[in-house]
Amino acid sequence: MTELNYKKKDFASDQDVKWCPGCGDYSILSSLQMALTKTGTKKEDIVCVSGIGCSSRFPYYMNTYGYHTIHGRAPAVASGMKVANPNLSVWMITGDGDCLSIGGNHFIHALRRNIDINMLLFNNQIYGLTKGQFSPTSKQGQVTKSSPYGSLDRTFNPGKLAFGAGATYICKTLDSDPKHMTDMMVEADKHRGTSFIEVFQNCVIFNNNCHQEYTDRKTRSDHAVYLEHETPMKFGKEGNLGIVLEGLKLKVVEIGDKYKDQDLLVHDKHNKMLSYLLLSSHEENGFPKFYGVIYQEEDETFNDQVAAQIEQVRNKKGEGDFNKLLFSGEVWEVK
Amino acid sequence: MSSNDHIELESVVIRFSGDSGDGMQLTGTQFSNTSALMGNDISTFPDYPAEIRAPQGTIAGVSGFQVHFGSNEVITPGDEVDMLVALNPAALKANLGSLRKGGTILANTDAFTYKGLEKATYTDNPLEDNSLSDYQVIEAPIDSQTLDTLEDHELDLKNKKRCKNFYALGICYFLYHRDITPTIDWINEKFKKFPELAQANIATLKSGYHFAETLEAVVSTYKVPSAKITPGKYRQINGNTSTAWGFLRAAQAAKLPLFLGSYPITPATDILHELSKHKNFGVKTFQAEDEIAAICCSIGAGLAGNLALTTSSGPGIALKGEAIGLAVTYEMPLVIVNVQRGGPSTGLPTKTEQSDLYQALYGRNGEAPLIILAASRPNDCFHMAYEASRLALQHMSPVMLLTDGYIANGTEPWRIPDVDKHYNEIKHNLIEEAPANTDGFKWIERDEVSKVRKWAIPGTKGLEHRIGGLEKDYHTGDVSYDPINHELMTNARKEKIERVVDNIPEQELEGDSSGDLLVVSWGGTYGAVQMAVKQLQKEGVRISLMHMKYINPIPKNVPTILKNFNRIIVPELNGGQLINVLKAKYSIEAIGYNKMQGLPFKISELVEEFKKAIQ
Ligand SMILES: Cc1ncc(C[n+]2csc(CCOP(=O)(O)OP(=O)(O)O)c2C)c(N)n1
Ligand code: SF4
Repeated sequence: MTELNYKKKDFASDQDVKWCPGCGDYSILSSLQMALTKTGTKKEDIVCVSGIGCSSRFPYYMNTYGYHTIHGRAPAVASGMKVANPNLSVWMITGDGDCLSIGGNHFIHALRRNIDINMLLFNNQIYGLTKGQFSPTSKQGQVTKSSPYGSLDRTFNPGKLAFGAGATYICKTLDSDPKHMTDMMVEADKHRGTSFIEVFQNCVIFNNNCHQEYTDRKTRSDHAVYLEHETPMKFGKEGNLGIVLEGLKLKVVEIGDKYKDQDLLVHDKHNKMLSYLLLSSHEENGFPKFYGVIYQEEDETFNDQVAAQIEQVRNKKGEGDFNKLLFSGEVWEVK
Repeated sequence: MSSNDHIELESVVIRFSGDSGDGMQLTGTQFSNTSALMGNDISTFPDYPAEIRAPQGTIAGVSGFQVHFGSNEVITPGDEVDMLVALNPAALKANLGSLRKGGTILANTDAFTYKGLEKATYTDNPLEDNSLSDYQVIEAPIDSQTLDTLEDHELDLKNKKRCKNFYALGICYFLYHRDITPTIDWINEKFKKFPELAQANIATLKSGYHFAETLEAVVSTYKVPSAKITPGKYRQINGNTSTAWGFLRAAQAAKLPLFLGSYPITPATDILHELSKHKNFGVKTFQAEDEIAAICCSIGAGLAGNLALTTSSGPGIALKGEAIGLAVTYEMPLVIVNVQRGGPSTGLPTKTEQSDLYQALYGRNGEAPLIILAASRPNDCFHMAYEASRLALQHMSPVMLLTDGYIANGTEPWRIPDVDKHYNEIKHNLIEEAPANTDGFKWIERDEVSKVRKWAIPGTKGLEHRIGGLEKDYHTGDVSYDPINHELMTNARKEKIERVVDNIPEQELEGDSSGDLLVVSWGGTYGAVQMAVKQLQKEGVRISLMHMKYINPIPKNVPTILKNFNRIIVPELNGGQLINVLKAKYSIEAIGYNKMQGLPFKISELVEEFKKAIQ
């Protein structure tokens, strides 16, 4: 559908963008605007649905249809919208607090149903809009306004949570790499089913540099593995590091005498067990983060199944006839 | 007494009662269907135990079904019971209080064993200790007679025992001169694939009938002549089915797909069940993970151009509160059904109450007005569901439709409407096609008179816009925190709802337009209140009834009606919610009559209260 020659600015609304200067949200916005010039979807068929939080102001800045809803409930609103009109391309925007605290229930159920929407989770490991309380993804012990002595809560791993809920598409990307982000969004759009994209996003005000070692241009190559399907997992500034599988564990190795390129683990996004290892690994200290499509599986979508079931019942019972329904069962006449 | 020697009665109330596994709902339904077919007017009310599997034979496990049938108009399931069918001692104990003095008890003597009596917390056998001397007792060994009847049938013991409800039904059919053929036809149809079961049930039904015949020397039989009913075709319907069908029809009339987001809760769940059956109408039913998701997915569907609906009961509506506010500020069509039950919190799940009116009116943060309607009886639910849809679509507003457990589960005959004539078109505000020129399109632009905006939905080229829960600029629809604008918008949303008065019927009044007493009621208490008022009108009392179905906004002519009566009484199954609304709005003086027992009003108690109010 190349006749849709959208420019990035076609997706920018006339509203002033009001995030703090330097906020990671800007580059996510710009990346989605860019990605949408490549997906071939008509602008009027695109809808952004968000919850509440800094990130959830996103729809106002997009020149598409947009609904800023209530805290945590965007997955439910987006689900209803997609089921009602499967032709729409629905982008759900949410933050770590919005999605994993108040909206945890709706998040897992949208994934479980595999509704064909794209979920962008802006993970800044903090509540931004309410001015800096720890969130479910904050590090244990983190000092914030609501945890002056360090938070006691254990940390949620969004990817693993999504995996456990039956996600058919799990992907990670980072706000400081717009090109990768854009590619991932375009990929997600192609996936039929719920696409879950976790974006590591920096909050300059309340959690500055929370992902620094992973996102900083200078250090990130030593800490980040960019996954590509059917490609060995190689990383590092000099490309001298790699991942191997030892027993049931992933291990970082230096390529040289002991380990050669052919010893490296090859990424297979359809391999469920491998994806689980990749999702779990970075919890261990010092382990690199994995970016890219970690898992993808083809399965029926809920919205298609809803439509198919209606067709099936129609074929069996015939198109609903209200008068027939009214007179079904026992009817008697009073003269 | 020969078999055509009988007593003629105007109306009769029978309550079938037994353990929840005894099939009392089915028995009652058969009796009422037969009575309807024989030309009586009827009203029924099932009374389920709150626990699904309460211990057998205990009072907590008693399941009842009340049928009121008559030769005059019948609009309530009846105050007092004329005949009580008690399949076990617990059923007798639980229901004796509602049996009128002199009424008949059919007792299954086989169940009045030591163990059975103990479970029902009887210390002595009431069949033997003279405590039932005020009543006429028919003793029937129903269990053993059923087994004897089926001695030669090829059926296991469990299935044989299950037939006993038909034995009891057979007895009642004889006593009230009911035709047993419709039930035989029904059994044959129902057990088409299991002829042994069909034969066993029919044999038991007949055996009960014949048992009663031999009893006739001891007991009287009764006849209830056909009622004078408006000619037409009729069917039985309960409130929840009627509600579901109203929405089904409204969607057709509006030419929109119907979407229901719901989460199971008593007594609203049957609306979800019913609509889920009709996928061939294109209905999409979404059983969500909770009530919040249920309303939110409906909001999503509504934004996408469906007729969106969510159904629940009080506790679920409480959870939906924040999302209802969102729909208010989106100014989008959405129908919310609240099938009220006793509260607060989980309260009395299977019992009825009218205590969610304040919740409907005020149960949200901020100034968040919406349209509120209340259905008056089971078959009125159809009309009010249709009305709720119509008003939601025409006024771009959430509408809350209040029903209650009593009318939701109660059944009555319904004169099948000519839907092609009366329920055939709902005009609305959806912009179906992209206009040629979309420059300057503002989603928030309002019609000058009705204050209603247009409904622009995703998929329509050139109308892309953004809406949120944050306050919006009156002119552009963009986010605005301007203080004056907020007041302007708050007033605009309020005015929009007020102007709905121009699109609803005037308030009806039953009786003279002035008099000594005006009874003001609303919702599911209609049947009892109307019967009470009619009775007093017949006695010459200057009393009229104003039964409200449109509660926000209130029809224009209400203040005039209120002015013309010396006294006003407002009976409600709550602590006095409507009365306070009326007092605040119209500065009237009124007396409340309030009952909070999880039970509907009795006609007799209302008659008494109304009389007192006039003195
Ligand atoms: C029902 C409700 N509870 C609480 C809030 C307050 N609130 C607004 S945003 C937010 C947290 C947002 O955090 P996150 O999702 O991480 O988004 P961020 O602002 O960091 O982008 C909270 C608690 C609210 N708006 N609604
Ligand atoms: S508070 Fe943080 S997340 Fe919110 S806009 Fe500012 S930088 Fe971004």
